[in-house]
Amino acid sequence: MKMPRDRLIRYSPLDRANHWTMAMVFVLLALSGLAFFHPAFFFLSHTLGGPVWARILHPFLGVVLVLLFYAMAARHVRRNLLGENDVQWVRQIGDVLDNRDEKLPPIGKYNPGQKLVYWALVVSIAVLLISGVIMWRPWFAGYFPIPLIRFASLLHAVSAFVAIVTIVVHVYAAIWVKGSIRSMTRGWVTRAWARHHHGLWAREQEEAQHREQQP
Amino acid sequence: MDNSQNIIARSATTTTPPQVRGHVDEVAKLIDVSKCIGCKACQVACMEWNDLRDDVGECHGTYDNPTDLTSESWTVMRFSEYETQEGNLEWLIRKDGCMHCAEPGCLTACPAPGAIVQYANGIVDFDSNHCIGCGYCITGCPFDIPRISPKDQKSYKCTLCSDRVNAGVEPACVKTCPTNCIEFGTKKDMLARAEKRVGDLKELGFRDAGIYDPAGVGGTHVMYVLHHANDPNRYSGLPKDPRISPLVGAWKGATKPIMSAIIGITAFAGVIHYMTKGPKEEPEEHAGHGQDDTPPPHSLGYDATRPRGEDR
Repeated sequence: MKMPRDRLIRYSPLDRANHWTMAMVFVLLALSGLAFFHPAFFFLSHTLGGPVWARILHPFLGVVLVLLFYAMAARHVRRNLLGENDVQWVRQIGDVLDNRDEKLPPIGKYNPGQKLVYWALVVSIAVLLISGVIMWRPWFAGYFPIPLIRFASLLHAVSAFVAIVTIVVHVYAAIWVKGSIRSMTRGWVTRAWARHHHGLWAREQEEAQHREQQP
Repeated sequence: MDNSQNIIARSATTTTPPQVRGHVDEVAKLIDVSKCIGCKACQVACMEWNDLRDDVGECHGTYDNPTDLTSESWTVMRFSEYETQEGNLEWLIRKDGCMHCAEPGCLTACPAPGAIVQYANGIVDFDSNHCIGCGYCITGCPFDIPRISPKDQKSYKCTLCSDRVNAGVEPACVKTCPTNCIEFGTKKDMLARAEKRVGDLKELGFRDAGIYDPAGVGGTHVMYVLHHANDPNRYSGLPKDPRISPLVGAWKGATKPIMSAIIGITAFAGVIHYMTKGPKEEPEEHAGHGQDDTPPPHSLGYDATRPRGEDR
């Protein structure tokens, strides 16, 4: 399908499929995990078919998330390193939050807030994987000393907390910045959107298109 | 679970459990290690009363049989050969099993409502029907007691024969012990008896004899009389100052409400931010391109003012 002239491709079909699979898996993991974390959330264990099924399925879902997440994260590392104007953007975080976008410097494909989400998840999901394996009964926990399991349990809770707060921020940012959700459901953004929110990326994309058209 | 109306603590529960029938004395089992002959009659009685038949294991070159607690062996004799500084050999035999702590680590860690309860008489009981098999009780226990059954993935341990005690009789191990090394009664009576025995042991020359009723877990409802209470570790690793690990305390304590609240506050902050600051939108680039009431192109996903697919 040919993309109309006023649009830019932002996420490939593979990225989108991966993103929404992860989103579903993450929600199920968070709900079942919270159920084991605090009695107030215990009823959420029914989202995986009851508390015993939640205990059985939660770690397997975790492995699915790890595979999907790092497959994606590995392909996007470069875009999430510190880039041009990032430091200035962070200095003007007040303007970002107040929607005074005209004052902000142009930014690359991801702004520092998005990069923070990326790195928070890269780290917290790694910690969740390692601590989760140490806690995993009946398969692995028996091989580890109990003091280590205690430490892993605390780490698992803290890193899950970091991941959940990060995802809450991520979801809110998607709702807040109009056009973001469409970019992840349909794959494209308008040129106006790209120029406004990710000026450096828009310029780079447009230059690439020019080169293609004029060999 | 044999009395659902005198529960003073219930796992993963933030409201008061049913406890109107709480006018009971605290009970305790007293194990006088100095009188134990290692006959294992208590292990057999435990199996018989509780209808447990563990798999026959292998000899590991020690008297320990089985060598560890299992989901079907709720108590085991642990034999240790301890050489004193004077060169004497002490054969120390300790009946291991659940200590029924006043502040139980298993109950603190358990995420399944009602899977672990503590009765007014002090017995900590597993209602395995509500167990989800996560093993958090093992993580929480300072004595390494609960075991998950490989058959049903439920956790098990000594119930202090809560069913027998509820009917007014002593636990099976107490009934069968041929040397009266295991006794049962109110905690007050057992402490008095233990003190008397400690006095006798001191007269016999065991200067460090004492009662094992560790304060770090609020005291226990299974107590030992030890000839060397200054060094419980020599009795096959009985911990000197057991308490719920601070890691478990943090995991199942302050972090729970604080982190839950921060998650909620973060989501709420998003709602407030959106309502006060509004969405972040790009300005229209083609001002004056269409009529004033033309919707901006991006709101529909395509420019409604032009036929689709047509190049400008």
